[in-house]
Amino acid sequence: MTASTAPSFETATDTARAASRPATGRALSVTLRRLTKAFDGGAPVIRGLDLHIPAGQFVAVVGRSGCGKSTVLRLILGLEEPTSGLVSLNGSDTRASKRIMFQEPRLRPRARVVDNVAVGLGREGSRAERRARARAALEEVGLTAKADDWPATLSGGQRQRVALARALVSRPALLALDEPLGALDALTRIDMQAMIERIRIEQGFTAILVTHDVGEAVALADRILVIEDGAVALDVDVDAPRPRRRGDPDLAALEGRILDQLLARA
Amino acid sequence: MMRPTPLGRLRDTAVPWLLPVAILLGWQAAVSTGLVSNRFMPAPLDVVRAGWEAARTGELWTNLWVSTLRALSGFAVGGGIGFALGLANGLSRLSERLTDTSVQMVRNVPHLSLIPLVILWFGIDEGAKLFLVALGVFFPIYANTLHGIRSVDPQLIEMGRVYGMNRRELFWRVVLPGALPSIFVGLRYGLGIMWLTLIVAETISANSGLGYMAMQAREFMLVDVVVLAILIYALLGKVADSLTRLLERTCLAWNPAYRNG
Repeated sequence: MTASTAPSFETATDTARAASRPATGRALSVTLRRLTKAFDGGAPVIRGLDLHIPAGQFVAVVGRSGCGKSTVLRLILGLEEPTSGLVSLNGSDTRASKRIMFQEPRLRPRARVVDNVAVGLGREGSRAERRARARAALEEVGLTAKADDWPATLSGGQRQRVALARALVSRPALLALDEPLGALDALTRIDMQAMIERIRIEQGFTAILVTHDVGEAVALADRILVIEDGAVALDVDVDAPRPRRRGDPDLAALEGRILDQLLARA
Repeated sequence: MMRPTPLGRLRDTAVPWLLPVAILLGWQAAVSTGLVSNRFMPAPLDVVRAGWEAARTGELWTNLWVSTLRALSGFAVGGGIGFALGLANGLSRLSERLTDTSVQMVRNVPHLSLIPLVILWFGIDEGAKLFLVALGVFFPIYANTLHGIRSVDPQLIEMGRVYGMNRRELFWRVVLPGALPSIFVGLRYGLGIMWLTLIVAETISANSGLGYMAMQAREFMLVDVVVLAILIYALLGKVADSLTRLLERTCLAWNPAYRNG
């Protein structure tokens, strides 16, 4: 996966890779074995899924709507119980070490921005400490100035950045992203993609991004999984150097290949 | 948004009062010129005079105090029970299955229709008024509290669970704040019903209070006192409503719909 890269990027990406594969093993690795999930006795949504995600990898899961990609994510996070099979996370597996960011910001309307972010710290430390850390997380997403505002006064992109700060404030080892940018406009989405990529390189967590936007998957991921009918239909590594330039011909070709796979079954 | 200059602010405050003042002036003119007989409708100035007289003798304050105390204690009892049961039924399926059907059945009985029964039970004592007010206030508070809790965003509740909130934290930080706007609607309805019920109860059977004052005045054809009592009701309703709005604005500052509202 860490195949040869363009020489001009070598130093930068090597440093980035060193950071994104922490030797301490703080990032979580994820293993799914014969995972099956059916809701209320219906047909299974996930059928015998086998998958290993190494610690620190950025995986994108793409698929048509209803293919079960969000269910995979929810199973990994423990939000759903598998019907059969096994989900195992290796590393520091506590609640605060795995976080999810939803498509909607899901902020508490009655709490100010900084207190919304502090939700990510639960009961850890004193209130003042939590707020200080929340402010630091807001700085990461460039929203320090909005710390004392109400969520209702923010734009959609800003709210999603608050949700990102909330997910990151506890320094998770695994970050699950369930179509987090799906509701944003194209330019905001590109900004947020860059922000997620930068923070991931700084913090080195394992990331699983569920998205229907193949371009987004190609721009961000180390590896792309195409899910069809509850099973992995395609599993490709993306070796392109970072930061990735939009419109790069190799990436465009990869994007085309994945789209073909998705559309072949239309 | 207009810049709040002192003059602009004065205008903003004055506009809602233009119509009531105009009506008062027209009314005074109609009675003074003999267009309307003052046996049926006293002039505003006569009402003011009656008010001054009642205030001077202390009769007004005693009655006002008695009525307010009845209203508030009935509200506290009925509202308290309604809020508690609304919370219980909103949070517990079992509690809802156990009580909601009964509550809905009783709700369809107009509570004022119980007056004859209540007089039989309690006489014309304080208990009768307290019971009626509490019963009237109970339903709007109960229904709106329940609705508020039911309509809390399930996605937000899931978020709270994912972020490790326990049931208590979830209640205080997500469920109750989410239900608050609806609870306030119940509060305002409840306050309206509180005055309505009390006035009816006092008019029919009482020996003190504003309603009693009005009925006494009718017996002596003191039409100015009757009108005075009615105006005081209007004023009390307005005061209760303003207080709720103030409370709403303080508690719901986060909600754009209530800012400047």
